[in-house]
Amino acid sequence: MNTKTLKVWIVDDEPGMCLGAKRAIDRWKESFLDLDTEAIYEVDTMESGESFLDQLKEAMPDILLLDGKLPGINGMEVLEKLHQNNQNIVTIMITAYASLDKAVQATKLGAYDFLAKPFTPEELRYSLRKASRNVILTERAKLFEEEKRKVRFNFISVLAHELKSPIGAIEGYVNLMKMKQAGESIANYEVMLDRMSQRLYGMRKLIADLLDLTRIESGSSKRELKKIKIKPIIEQIIENYQEDAKKRNISIETICNDEIEFAGDISEMEMLFNNFISNGIKYNRENGTLEVKVFKSGNYLKLIFSDTGIGMTEEEQQKLFKEFSRIKNEKTRNISGSGLGLSIVDKIVRLYSGKIEVKSISGEGTTFTIALEDKSD
Amino acid sequence: MQTKPTILLVDDDDDFLLQHKIYLSNAGYNVITATSRKEAETLAKEHKVDCALIDLMMEEADSGFILSYHLKKENPSLPVIIITSVTGETGVEFKKNSKEHDKWIKADIILPKPVRFEQIEKEIKRLIGK
Repeated sequence: MNTKTLKVWIVDDEPGMCLGAKRAIDRWKESFLDLDTEAIYEVDTMESGESFLDQLKEAMPDILLLDGKLPGINGMEVLEKLHQNNQNIVTIMITAYASLDKAVQATKLGAYDFLAKPFTPEELRYSLRKASRNVILTERAKLFEEEKRKVRFNFISVLAHELKSPIGAIEGYVNLMKMKQAGESIANYEVMLDRMSQRLYGMRKLIADLLDLTRIESGSSKRELKKIKIKPIIEQIIENYQEDAKKRNISIETICNDEIEFAGDISEMEMLFNNFISNGIKYNRENGTLEVKVFKSGNYLKLIFSDTGIGMTEEEQQKLFKEFSRIKNEKTRNISGSGLGLSIVDKIVRLYSGKIEVKSISGEGTTFTIALEDKSD
Repeated sequence: MQTKPTILLVDDDDDFLLQHKIYLSNAGYNVITATSRKEAETLAKEHKVDCALIDLMMEEADSGFILSYHLKKENPSLPVIIITSVTGETGVEFKKNSKEHDKWIKADIILPKPVRFEQIEKEIKRLIGK
C-alpha cells in the first residue's frame, strides 16, 4: 500500500477550535483500500486569513479547513482570492450556521464541502476522508495525463525517425545519381533505383499501418459486425502474397472449413490475417512452410499461424507487441517492416475480448494462437 | 604503382554502406564494409585499413564507440571517423576537442548525420593525407 502524507491546514480564529480539530486529526491515518493508499494527515493551524495567505507563499496544503467568519479578511474572501489565483486547494468550509446562500456562493468559488459548527471529531474525519479521496484521485488523474502525454510524444519522435530514415536513404541515392557516380547509362543505376523503390514501399507501408492503427484506436470508423465467411478472406490474402512466397519457395497450407463464419468487422479481420500471413512469409526461411488453421471452439474462433521461420528468443518475445518495436538481429536485418503490425493485431484482438499466445523457438519457428470471441449470440 | 588506401565502412544500414561504397570507390579508395562491430573487428585484423568510418548506433547504442576503442587499441595511429544521427534526434552532442569527451571517445572526428559525401571525402583526405 502507498503511504501519502496530506497537509491539512486549519484556519480559524478560535484557538480552542484549532486545538481540538488538530488533536482529532493530526497524524491520523485513513486507509483507502480501493486506491491502495494510506493517507496520514499532517496538520498546521493559522488564526487568520492574512497569516494563511502569507504561509501560502511558502507552501501549499492539500486540504484546507477554512472558517467562514474570520476577523480581518474573512473566509469567503480567502476563497475568492484562491479562486482568482487559480490555486485549487480542496477546501472544507467551517460555518457557524448553515445558510444556503453562503453555501451556494462558496461552492461557486470552489469549496468542496461544508462542516457546520459544532462538529464531532467523527464528523470532521468523515469530511476529511471524502476530501482526501478527492485529492488522491485528482493526483492520479494528473499522473495518468502526464503518462499519456509522454507516450504520445515518444510515439511521435519514433515515428519521425522511422520516416526520416527512408528519406535520408533516398536522398543519398538521388545525390549519387545527380553526380552521375555510375556513369551515363541508366542501366548502371538499377541497383540504386531498386533500393529507392524498396524504401518508398516501406514508407508507404508504414503510413498505411499508421492509418490502420489510428483508425482502430480512435474508434471513429464504424465497426460493422456481421457474420462473415473466413475462408475466402484467407484465400484472398494468400493470393496477394503468392509472389513473395513463391520467390522463397515457402508453401502455405490452409486448414479451414468452408462453412466457418464469425461475427466480425471485415476490415479488421483482413488486417488480422494480413499481418499474420505476411509475417509468416517474411520471417520464414527458404523452403519453409506456413500453416494457417482456423476452427470454432465454443463461442470462440481460434486462429493458429505456425511458421518454420527464424523464431525468437524469450527476451525478443517480450517486446513483440510494442509499437515500433522490431526485433533487431542479424536474421531480421534485411527484412523490412513498420514495427506496427503486431500492435495493430493486438488492438484488434482486444476489441474481440480475445487473447494471443506466442510460442517460439529461436531458429526453428513461431506459432501464434489467437482466440476471438463471437459476440453475435 | 601506388596502392589505393583502404577504408573500412561500418554501419547496419545497407543503404548507407552501398552509397558510400559507390562514392568512395569512385573517389579512388578501396572500400571494405561490415554491418556489425564483430564483423568489423574481424575485417580489421585481415586487412590493412587506412581509415575507419563507423556509425555510432548499431547493435547497441554505443557500438561505434566500443569499436573505435578496440580499433585504436590495436592500431593507435588508425584514423577513425564516427558518424551519428544521435545529435539531431536527441540533442546530445559529442564534441571532440573538449577535454571531458576526449578522455573516453577514441575517435578523430564525429560527424552528425545527415552528412554530405563530399564532406566525408574531405575528412578522410585530411586524416590520412591522401
